[in-house]
Amino acid sequence: MMSEIIKKNLSEIIDLIKKKEIKSEELANLYIDKVNKSKKLNSYITTCFEHTIQKSKEFDKKPNLNSLLPGVPLAVKDLFCTNGFKTTAGSKMLENFIPQYESTVTENLWKEGAILLGKLNCDEYAMGSSNETSYFGNVINPIAKDTVPGGSSGGSASALAADLTPATIGTDTGGSIRQPASFTGTVGLKPTYGLCSRWGIVAFASSLDQAGPMTKSVKDCSIMLEAMAGFDKKDSTSIEKKKENYSKNLKTDIKGLKIGVPKEYRVENMPNEIDELWNKGKKILKDLGADIIDISLPHTKYALPTYYIVAPAEASSNLARYDGVKYGYRSSKGNDLIEMYENTRSEGFGDEVKRRILIGTYVLSSGYYDAYYLKAQKVRQLIKKDFDENFGKVDAILTPSTPSSAFKIGEKTNDPISMYLNDIFTVPVNLAGLPAISVPAGLDKKGYPLGLQLIGKTLDEQNILNVAYAFEKNCNFKNEIKNWWL
Amino acid sequence: MSIDKKKIKHISKLARISINSKKSDSLAKDLTSIFKFIEQLNELNTDKVEPLSSILNTPLRSREDQINDGKIRDKILKNSPKKNEEFFVVPKVIE
Repeated sequence: MMSEIIKKNLSEIIDLIKKKEIKSEELANLYIDKVNKSKKLNSYITTCFEHTIQKSKEFDKKPNLNSLLPGVPLAVKDLFCTNGFKTTAGSKMLENFIPQYESTVTENLWKEGAILLGKLNCDEYAMGSSNETSYFGNVINPIAKDTVPGGSSGGSASALAADLTPATIGTDTGGSIRQPASFTGTVGLKPTYGLCSRWGIVAFASSLDQAGPMTKSVKDCSIMLEAMAGFDKKDSTSIEKKKENYSKNLKTDIKGLKIGVPKEYRVENMPNEIDELWNKGKKILKDLGADIIDISLPHTKYALPTYYIVAPAEASSNLARYDGVKYGYRSSKGNDLIEMYENTRSEGFGDEVKRRILIGTYVLSSGYYDAYYLKAQKVRQLIKKDFDENFGKVDAILTPSTPSSAFKIGEKTNDPISMYLNDIFTVPVNLAGLPAISVPAGLDKKGYPLGLQLIGKTLDEQNILNVAYAFEKNCNFKNEIKNWWL
Repeated sequence: MSIDKKKIKHISKLARISINSKKSDSLAKDLTSIFKFIEQLNELNTDKVEPLSSILNTPLRSREDQINDGKIRDKILKNSPKKNEEFFVVPKVIE
């Protein structure tokens, strides 16, 4: 009976705590027990159970039931700095890094009553789409033992789907929340750029990075977003605005809403199943009274090439800080300072990170800046304009989340381009700074989940949450995870 | 744009990452295919397009130049791979 509790959605668990049907400590122990039995999935890099139990006892002694996440144990992606707890970013470079401060987003969660359970595996510095670039090993998707959970927030998605945390947070630079959510049959939201503070998150590409919730339901997603979001003066790109009550304002009435369907998202070699799922999504929304409108986003095919200039350029600059001096790994080899730098970075970074640093260094180097970086910034403008023009006509845009379901471990590791193509539907949103949510929509022939993506206007999170909520209620998706690893 | 080993050597020097000869071969191959992919952008005429460097419509906020923390030397030194009581320690720079 108790083991049934951790299968529940976050909102149901919060209700149980509020009704005093379960204590925070009991709940923490249920998760700890299952995490201990689920090492095969490799979704956790670090656990901090003593801290979890201590905090949950403190909560039970003096419970504040008016907070958003009262006494709820939560694990987070290992990209968020946690004061006193190892934060590795999935890299050898930060294997022993213990932050002396807390990220704003996690601080916001603790203020709302949540309690840290542990840190979740991810692609190294969030660079990857399958969690296979992590220094701490592959993560297994609980849907089938030979499949990836997606990435870069792969550990987050796997832990969530396997009931090893009731909800979690990830970061999304080109799809790193939405793609793993789609691969694991869970909900993932990338907020508008600037809605959630980037302070204390290990940086990848600063003009694209956003933190966001990953949950089992749309309602859970609205609760988590409400807890995370908010203005932060420590992040110079944080948007100054009033806090919103996403969960309270959640509604299923979407009558008369205009939903755009972009023809450019029907890409070559896309499996039929994805197309059918997309049609199913359109039909559900239409039956709920929404108007489905064909639109065109003509620069869609240029989004990925643009991304693979902008993101590595920013990454090469951000990752210049890892020099083996102030924190992180240092090589013992080298005769002088420069050789120490070069060996530290060679030994501390993995292949994909090196690849992206080199691309970024090249596109920013003297003589190539205009041809690559400036060109990409111009195309980024065109991609944003595509969205701006269409958001005069429609309220939200419906697309598939990914061009395929979860693939096999090792299937794409030898071909960077085929790996990058996974993010073809998610990347344009990051370039334009818009909010988007992936919501589970069905299973393919193999029984693997597939998601649909709803893209919203700037700061229109409430609207896409509402559409996703209405969709979820009428879609009857059920994740079939059989706990085969126990 | 084809990326050869010579170019890899040049970029890796700029990026301060030592790359051995074997790695350099596979990197040259990977980067050549990646640059071929990103050069699709050349199909577009962007002469009259303004580059987009920030997605926010407003200029970045500035703040008063006031000290709001300090006395955290020990915290800052805590994660250093090599240090003495007050300083980061690096290989000798001046002979």
